[in-house]
Amino acid sequence: MSKRRHIVVLAALLLAGCAREQRNFREATPSNETGEGVQMSDIAPGHSAERKPNANPYEDSAYSVSQGKQLYEMYNCVGCHAHGGGGIGPPLLDAKWIYGSEPQNIYETIVEGRPNGMPSFRGKIPESQLWEIVAYVRAMSGQLPKDVSPGREDHMYAKRPEASTPKEHPPQTNVPPGQKEK
Amino acid sequence: MKRRSSFWLVVLCCGLACLVSCHGNQSALDSKGLQAARIERLWWLMFSIVVAVYLVVLGWFGTAVLRSRTRQSVQEIPPQVNVEADRRMTVVVAWAIGLTVVLLFVMLTASVRTGHAIANLSSKNPVTIDVIGHQWWWEVRYEATQADQTVVTANEIHVPVGQPVVIKTSSVDVIHSFWAPNLHGKRDLIPGYQNAVWLQADQPGTYRGQCAEFCGHQHAHMAFFVVAEPLEKFNAWLAQQVSTPAPPSDQVSKQGEQVFLSHTCVMCHTVRGNGSGGKLGPDLTHIASRMTIAAGTLPNNRGNLAGWILDSQSIKPGNKMPPNPLKPDDLNALLEYLETLK
Repeated sequence: MSKRRHIVVLAALLLAGCAREQRNFREATPSNETGEGVQMSDIAPGHSAERKPNANPYEDSAYSVSQGKQLYEMYNCVGCHAHGGGGIGPPLLDAKWIYGSEPQNIYETIVEGRPNGMPSFRGKIPESQLWEIVAYVRAMSGQLPKDVSPGREDHMYAKRPEASTPKEHPPQTNVPPGQKEK
Repeated sequence: MKRRSSFWLVVLCCGLACLVSCHGNQSALDSKGLQAARIERLWWLMFSIVVAVYLVVLGWFGTAVLRSRTRQSVQEIPPQVNVEADRRMTVVVAWAIGLTVVLLFVMLTASVRTGHAIANLSSKNPVTIDVIGHQWWWEVRYEATQADQTVVTANEIHVPVGQPVVIKTSSVDVIHSFWAPNLHGKRDLIPGYQNAVWLQADQPGTYRGQCAEFCGHQHAHMAFFVVAEPLEKFNAWLAQQVSTPAPPSDQVSKQGEQVFLSHTCVMCHTVRGNGSGGKLGPDLTHIASRMTIAAGTLPNNRGNLAGWILDSQSIKPGNKMPPNPLKPDDLNALLEYLETLK
């Protein structure tokens, strides 16, 4: 009896792990506008809408996160943020998030740009790639589950791979005004 | 008997294949330049010495094996000292050592002389070309006294025939090596250090070159072409490369220019005259005039270009260009625009 239960539990675990290995090699042809599906501000016509959380559809897939890691280099995020240690831009490895650590905050940062140097990438990076980068940026400070984060480096960096980076706990103090604290 | 003849057939085929591969697009044994000719001569000298020594040694070895076979009972006789035979042996070994030393000195002298000869090429006012290695393509810049006369292109080096040109090499990331075997030996491209190499092509033609220092994932797909052409043709090419391409005239290529400027392309690439200034990827000002894309990976045509833009990672995995899922209309317009950049 207990053996059968074990098998059932194991099968359920395996099923749960499936999203991790999901790979989308061909994304749908993009539309013109970036930013659909993400609420960029609290101002809305008519009644004030409840701000809905935007779960990142790519955060469960190890493949997407590793794609995000490649895109992070291709789009030259490394130029300012280095490999997480920061430089011209703020570091992404630590617990300090000036504009929030939630996926939609990071998405907004990339799409809208931020004062003092962060350019807006609206229209420059396709939607699906944006979300992959967001997932990777969160993986850098250990915000993603370990089985999804990249487990090794492709290059000879001194940094630990994301999967063995301890999770930082960003305090919710630096949330931009108008956004509710969780 | 049948087995033996098929063995010799295989040997013959392999030998022929080796000989065939000596002629062609990228071969040090098909020299088309002054220096490559010296290197080729040195190669043949060393090759013939080595082959001769090899045959002599094998011949002696074979004789020894055969003779020992005829006198199998030799082990049963207790070893005897034959003074006369010992003396003869000593003389033979002494001669062999002497000959080896002489041959090594011949090769050393030939090598040093060749080294001097290929380093002696120079000229008063040569065409100066900067070749900068990137993972995994070659940036090529033609220096000029005026900044706006500088030509920037990629993976294609045009040189005038019969004139020494100087190539200044450097790298932005890792060590690469510049090697066009039909023209010269290798020269490393070292980050943070400028090297120079003189070249002269004696016959017009297109010579393939290749990165000769392992430099990462796509090292094998890092080729370039040296196009040697008569001086007038070279000057015409240079003048055309200096010019800024005419702005797009028809509706579709105008839209293509907008796609170029408003999408991902502009973040890394430059097309002079349209306001773009990306420096991470190859300069695309005259991309339509080039023979290949992606450092000699694919012939430059519309289909290949489309595939490259949409998903270059499936063509050259690991390269630094992200996939660009463009809308069909946009892609078409962009290709139209790129094809106007002659």
